[in-house]
Amino acid sequence: MGEEKLTLFKNRKRFGIEKNIDIIFKNTALVLSSFVAIILLGIILVVFFQSFESFSRYGLKFLVTSEWNPVKDEYGAFTAIYGTLVTSFLSLLITIPLGVGTAIFITEDFVPKVFREIIGSFVELLAAIPSVVLGLWAIFVMEPFFRAFFVFLHNFFGWIPLFSTEPTGRNSFLAILILVVMLLPIVTSIARDSLNQVPKKLRNAAYGIGASRWKTIFSVILPAALSGIMAGVLLALGRAMGETMAVTMIIGNSNAFSWSLLSPGYTISSMLANQFGEADGSQVSSLFYAAFVLMILSLVVNIFAQWLVKKFSLKY
Amino acid sequence: MNSLYYQKRLSRNIGDKFFTSLSVICAMVAILPLIFLVTYILYKGGSQITPELFTLEPNPPGDDLDAGGINPALIGTLIITTIASIIAIPVGVGGGIYLAEYSKGGAFSRFIRFGVNVLAGVPSIIAGVFIYALIVSTKILFGSMYSGLAGGMALSILMLPTVIKTTDEGLKLVPNELRYASLGVGASMYTTILKVTLPSAFRSIATGVVLGIARAAGETAPLIFTALFSYYYITGFGDLFYEMGSLAVLIYNFALEPYDAQNKLAWAASFILVLSILSVNIFSRILAAFTEKTKRV
Repeated sequence: MGEEKLTLFKNRKRFGIEKNIDIIFKNTALVLSSFVAIILLGIILVVFFQSFESFSRYGLKFLVTSEWNPVKDEYGAFTAIYGTLVTSFLSLLITIPLGVGTAIFITEDFVPKVFREIIGSFVELLAAIPSVVLGLWAIFVMEPFFRAFFVFLHNFFGWIPLFSTEPTGRNSFLAILILVVMLLPIVTSIARDSLNQVPKKLRNAAYGIGASRWKTIFSVILPAALSGIMAGVLLALGRAMGETMAVTMIIGNSNAFSWSLLSPGYTISSMLANQFGEADGSQVSSLFYAAFVLMILSLVVNIFAQWLVKKFSLKY
Repeated sequence: MNSLYYQKRLSRNIGDKFFTSLSVICAMVAILPLIFLVTYILYKGGSQITPELFTLEPNPPGDDLDAGGINPALIGTLIITTIASIIAIPVGVGGGIYLAEYSKGGAFSRFIRFGVNVLAGVPSIIAGVFIYALIVSTKILFGSMYSGLAGGMALSILMLPTVIKTTDEGLKLVPNELRYASLGVGASMYTTILKVTLPSAFRSIATGVVLGIARAAGETAPLIFTALFSYYYITGFGDLFYEMGSLAVLIYNFALEPYDAQNKLAWAASFILVLSILSVNIFSRILAAFTEKTKRV
């Protein structure tokens, strides 16, 4: 018995090889973690250098002209940039009230908790549906469903430039609607999480001094959750800008510029999806230029979102 | 005395009623189309399922009424997702281990965490463009251009941030006492990580990784000009270096065809894709909820 104890506590020196394994393990992990930085820098550099030819030829004019003509070798991405900005901002405009309203519905006690949890997890599941499937659904279900509505819009509001063209099949408005479907789960689940994080004390204090339920929501809970909701909205904006498949399938893919939402349009990502496979010569470079613009847009939005979270995160 | 009773006509009570119904309407408007969408996809796709679907090649559009099956695309999706996982999981888990176990919150780890978030926000089509420039157009993979391998690489870029994040967060949840105990009895750092912290964080990491894989399986944009598409059976290892079909690209291509038979095939492929992604999601959620409950007891 005593002997066994002795062996148990016998000094055992760590072998050199074991120390080396430890060092190797740490450095491997270090290298693997720096892969992220390498890939990120690689993406930025590769896309930038590939677009260099087009960049030096057109400069910033590329951003404001909408000629896209592989035959004459003239390229300008204004239509696509306008399409990207318009579809993403308008879809957000529809998504924010819907998403935040749904999030409030889920976090307040209007219906029993079981129902709210089911609705919440259902919304989260929807984020998992691939965008190509949503595109398929948009082509065969949404487009026929909204056709009459577009005709109505054009007939009664045709004097507004946004609805000035005769609706023909696929158009930017449908792209906005399918983006709403894609963004709703993101905005709803992030808004719900930030609303849930607001401490119970705040609500109780507001009720205690006699505030009504919605007074409490508007003046106490929403302001406290605002930074989280804003960050979620910005993430959704980034997603909307970069979203490719569903938009490509429903937007109609036309480079002819039009202010109207009822005419076929383009976004940067749908232009890439459509043309990249068959492009050659300076068209490839121009497409890389467009990709670079898209990347900068989404990087700015993402970095701003992260900054916002850090700066205004809840301090209760 | 009157003020002690609930007064319907008080402006604050009317306002409250109004906003409550507004939020109910919001929830209805948001959720009903989503329910409709899911049931429609499952109904429309489910009615196209036949046994031949899983064994036949898809027919090129136009020549006859029968569209064939989706066998090559199904296998292709499995292969491409596997390639992506083989690349992204070791790199991501390794990187996550560094962030959670070794880094001390310095500039480097902050930069990497920031980079992970930025990479997660990079549009998926940019990953495709990047791999196209790096691998497809340079023919760096033994002279092959479009290939399943390149497609897998593009997908791995999208999976990587998810894997790193879940590993990092999973490891951070492991109580420090376990590490102290292990190091205290004389285990080296790598033994501690491999034998103590990683196993105790395994469930949460695995859940995150599986969700990441499910997400990648449905991605289309990075594949349309890296893996492209193929109508033919995958017969051997060498096919990795050639164009490879996938369910997602099949849906994209065949949805835009004017022929009904191809469209139906796209619905059938959507059914299989959505059903497998949803069931993976539901299953891992149930598993996560279940383990949480058992842990508390």
